[in-house]
Amino acid sequence: MAEVVTTEADAEQLRRRYARRHRFSRVGVYLAAVLAALLAAGPFLWSTITALKLNGDLYDATNNPFVFNEPATLDHVVFLFQDTAFPTFLWNTLWVGVLVVTITLLFGLPAAYSLARLDRPWSGPMGIALFFVYLVPPTLLFLSLTRIVVALGLQDSTWSLVLIYPTITIPICTWLLIGFLKGIPKDIEEQAMVDGYSRVGALVRTILPLLFPGIVAVIVFAFTITASEFIYALAFISPSSEKVVSTGVPTELIRGDVFFWQSLQASNIIIALPIALVFTMFLGRFVSGFTMGAVKG
Amino acid sequence: MEQATAVQPARPATGAPPRRRLADRDGLLAWLFLLPSFVYVIALVGVPFVLAIGFAFSDVTAGDPSFDWAGLDAFRRAFDDPVFWQSLRNTLVITVISMVLIVLLGKILANILLADFRGKWIVRFLILLPWTTPVALSTVSWLWLLDSIFSPIDWVLRQLGLLEANMYWLGRPTLAMVSVIAVHVWRLVPLAAVIVLAGLIAIPKDIDEAARVDGAGFWRRMFEVTIPLTLPVIAVAALFGAIFTFTDMAVVYVLTRGGPTNSTQVLASWAFARGIEGGDVAQGAAIAIFLFPLLLAAAILILQAVRRMQVM
Repeated sequence: MAEVVTTEADAEQLRRRYARRHRFSRVGVYLAAVLAALLAAGPFLWSTITALKLNGDLYDATNNPFVFNEPATLDHVVFLFQDTAFPTFLWNTLWVGVLVVTITLLFGLPAAYSLARLDRPWSGPMGIALFFVYLVPPTLLFLSLTRIVVALGLQDSTWSLVLIYPTITIPICTWLLIGFLKGIPKDIEEQAMVDGYSRVGALVRTILPLLFPGIVAVIVFAFTITASEFIYALAFISPSSEKVVSTGVPTELIRGDVFFWQSLQASNIIIALPIALVFTMFLGRFVSGFTMGAVKG
Repeated sequence: MEQATAVQPARPATGAPPRRRLADRDGLLAWLFLLPSFVYVIALVGVPFVLAIGFAFSDVTAGDPSFDWAGLDAFRRAFDDPVFWQSLRNTLVITVISMVLIVLLGKILANILLADFRGKWIVRFLILLPWTTPVALSTVSWLWLLDSIFSPIDWVLRQLGLLEANMYWLGRPTLAMVSVIAVHVWRLVPLAAVIVLAGLIAIPKDIDEAARVDGAGFWRRMFEVTIPLTLPVIAVAALFGAIFTFTDMAVVYVLTRGGPTNSTQVLASWAFARGIEGGDVAQGAAIAIFLFPLLLAAAILILQAVRRMQVM
């Protein structure tokens, strides 16, 4: 009998020890998560505080920079939208993005279907080539592309970006779409073709609806790439009215030595938050798309 | 025969037979579908690529864009300028240090993201911010964070009594390099973490559980099971980190403009300074060409790593 009691007591002791260890590791996980989040988002937090500060508060090196020593103000956000070219940059980024995404899908969807489904001997190497094209950086091409843009008479025009950005988005988005297509069973369109649809008919009626979540992910991805691009936009375009957000904010909102710090930081936050929000929502889908794209289907 | 007639009625009655011919020929369709993208990429990536190499051996300037063969003149001009060698060295230093830090921190971050905890969504959102925000804009945040007078980092150091005046982060060569590396690491760690996370999730759960049943502790499982299994993925994360670091010029351009006195100049920013701002297209092209060997090596290594993943 005594033995049983000790084992029960032992079991209790063990349980407590495990519970304690468990609590310990829980606290560790939370601490690590909060620390990582702070390190990542710290500069944005700092931007947010800055954006809402009065000049007198901001430009006093003895003030605690992390708190509002004087009341917060929205003046600089209003200034950003009313007295700077920021709305123009925003509008340019938006319509360039929409056009680039459209071109990307028009070119990328058929290409992805061809490489993922219409099994040709060259499909595999082509897919890899596509990936390498994505790795060719703008820094290697901007000089010759600038000459081409000049030759086409598109210099200093936002249209130059509509023409050139798909060279970045088509390869990477086709790669993503190949991944999503591999996630759709072949039987579905084969069944549709047995039922009398042509290859194209089966594609349009059965595959496209199933691919829709993937297409949405590609739209988000292509738009983000477009909004982030910097070198081409800087090399092709100099007039303020034709600039996009990524070049307009750092070049136009800094006039010589005069920095509109609060407005600069406000524009940063206004752009950063929505993009990160949408990206977080689609993260799982991006990961599965890229992973599937690398798998032999 | 009976089977054939049984299939017939299932076809849409309106389906015209001639239309089926083109729309069903897979071999032709495969080409037709691929052709537009193929032409686009050849015209605006392939041609410019060849052109970029051609420019390096020419005398093209922004003012006189006519192409004349000039042999190695542009390279000679580039090599004679000590800033070129400085840029090459800086590019290598920044890339190697960033790559090591990106992989280390990316692996740690991936493990955090793998753990189960409340509020994971918001943490993930905050962690992704540095990567999803346009580089030029997030660097503006850092520009203000590292301001010569109002840097909050300096303020904290002053409060702690570790600093009398200011650090002048971007005004001193070594600190400016540290700042550039810090921004690169900060913005690319989330990408590395996501790549490693994808690899961690792909490890079959039973392998880890088997090791656990056999009595392997956390560190043992980490070093003898998880890391060997995810090594190819970690390699991919490292190479992506490297590529995005050494081909980027936005961070240097916004943060330091290559300064103070070219001490943070990298190949990409120097090529831009010569080729676009200086108008010497040929020299800019000659400088940019030096990115290519690095790029090729990274691309081949990525391919090998991906092949190894497929073998497993």
